[in-house]
Amino acid sequence: MKAFFGFTLGLALCLGLTAFAGESPLHILMIIFKSAFGTTYDLGLTLFYATSLVFTGLSVCLAFHAGLFNIGAEGQLTVATLAAAATGLLFPNCPGVIAPLLACVAALAAGGIWGAIPGWLKAYRGSHEVVVTMMMNFIASGVTSYFVLNTFRSLDSQNPETKLIPTQFMFRDFDFVKLAFADSPANITLVIAILVAIGIWFLLRKTVFGFELKMTGKNEMASELSGISSKKIKVWAMALSGALAGMVALNEVMGSSGKFRMGFSADYGFVGIAVALLARNNPIGILLSAFLFAVLQKGAADLDMETQNITRDFAKVLQAVIIFSVVAVQYFDFKKFRSKFFSRSISSKKDREKI
Amino acid sequence: MNEQNLISVAFLLSVLRGTTPLLFASLGGLFSERSGVIQIALEGMMLMGALAGATAAQLLHSPWLGFLAAGFGGMAIAALYGLFTLKFKADQIVTGTAINILAVGVAPLITKLVFDTTGATPSLAIADRFSFEPTVMAAIALLITVYFYNKTQGGLLLQFAGENPLALTAAGYSLQAIRWSSVCICGLLAGFGGGSLSLFLASSYSPNMTAGRGFMALAALIFGRWKPLPTAGACLLFAVADALQIRLQGNESFLPVQFVQILPYLVTIIALAGFFGQSRASRAPKGLGQ
Repeated sequence: MKAFFGFTLGLALCLGLTAFAGESPLHILMIIFKSAFGTTYDLGLTLFYATSLVFTGLSVCLAFHAGLFNIGAEGQLTVATLAAAATGLLFPNCPGVIAPLLACVAALAAGGIWGAIPGWLKAYRGSHEVVVTMMMNFIASGVTSYFVLNTFRSLDSQNPETKLIPTQFMFRDFDFVKLAFADSPANITLVIAILVAIGIWFLLRKTVFGFELKMTGKNEMASELSGISSKKIKVWAMALSGALAGMVALNEVMGSSGKFRMGFSADYGFVGIAVALLARNNPIGILLSAFLFAVLQKGAADLDMETQNITRDFAKVLQAVIIFSVVAVQYFDFKKFRSKFFSRSISSKKDREKI
Repeated sequence: MNEQNLISVAFLLSVLRGTTPLLFASLGGLFSERSGVIQIALEGMMLMGALAGATAAQLLHSPWLGFLAAGFGGMAIAALYGLFTLKFKADQIVTGTAINILAVGVAPLITKLVFDTTGATPSLAIADRFSFEPTVMAAIALLITVYFYNKTQGGLLLQFAGENPLALTAAGYSLQAIRWSSVCICGLLAGFGGGSLSLFLASSYSPNMTAGRGFMALAALIFGRWKPLPTAGACLLFAVADALQIRLQGNESFLPVQFVQILPYLVTIIALAGFFGQSRASRAPKGLGQ
């Protein structure tokens, strides 16, 4: 509820900012809504964004529970998407039934490895995971662009993208979401995303691994003393986190476009941070917050054309301000319970509840 | 591009040029992290500094005013960061990331309003740019920081705030005041770093022109064990990787250009992992993030 208040506050602040830039806030809001829900096609596109954001949100969320901040979802999903497309192109004769599965495994493995590297460096070498994951993002974009341009380049297209993968790799045959949103990229991955979110909720709440993971995040020393190998947990948490980010490939390659397009990601990895934060790292809440951010993302895409001064980058301002509002609202909330309003005491550690 | 001249005066100069923004930013990070405030937002501060610098230099036709504006641009972002982390006690890493996202999002809005362009500022005239001055200023900033850090009471208080904030408060100093000023100095320096990017290394502001330099500066700080001179050395190392990268892009036959471009990032990860030299996390200020 608090988080929702923070979201509303952030949205209001941003709309105020648009007034400053000489646009009517109400007009902006109308554009965003029309763009996100206007037609079945628009709604399909919104759901398509939401699907990817669920995965990156879960990725950030899982790492967060282990006390790690994964800002490398962007790189992990890029590598995974290329891996999925490459699998399709390298094994064109793969039989129909196992083909999509094979591509999924490739994507998850690629994302998982890309996440496990910073996890290992953090656990065993003490490297700061934020810096390493950020560097891994740049490396991912360099490496993938090499393979797209030199190995798998489609010669029919002006854009830097790979050739289409064979049809048996696509989800098409059993995709009922696709039928409901004709022509839009929305696909069966939406259902998979919902199931995965429930799965992660179960993992965190009901399994030993989930308990050990959260314990490592909360108090590393205590978990070590109670016999949990927190180093291993960290590596696994980052690997899983990377694999979750890698599931974006299902949505992008097997579900819709059938190829790796350079720059396909609408900053899914970074928006995932905002998604996880707004949901307060609750996997089920992520479903809702991913949808909200997808609405903003889709809405902002049309601001370029519909307004004079606002560009699509306005979505980033929205994300940042919403993060600020959500973290600030937590402060104002517990302030009520404190007698001293402007207490500067630094001893009140318990007040600085994290996320 | 002749490769036999890999080590040449031109190469050394390009290393020094590349060091400039990194050195500014990591000195800024040093102030912030030494006072106990985690500094992930260097990237955003540099970006804002670069934008403010290019905009001011364009409008006022003076690189020096542009440089000053860059410092203030960075400081404004730092003040916002301070507001959330120091006043609202928000998580420092989360807030820092939000600052970085904000900087990327706000920049096109500003260029659109001021220059009616989508993201980049118009190219600066040669007279409105620097030719070498920021490098000298970075060196001066380094000397001042070394002196301040090692020889003055202020430097001691700064380290005190990061190592043991409770004891500092008990000794009667204001932790908030020290951290606020450190974060603002950090913003100023990181802003200068951004300014030297847009006014010195390049000739305009372009979207995402920092290209991870804020994070590299942070990595240099960690690699340099949060000490001014070793940090400067680490900056130099990363700048060598960057200069090498630019030099090697010239001959495609050696390595594909994409693999050459990732060289600085690889060097950063390897340095951070402590595979050469020591850079274990245990050297961090003990009160970092508290």
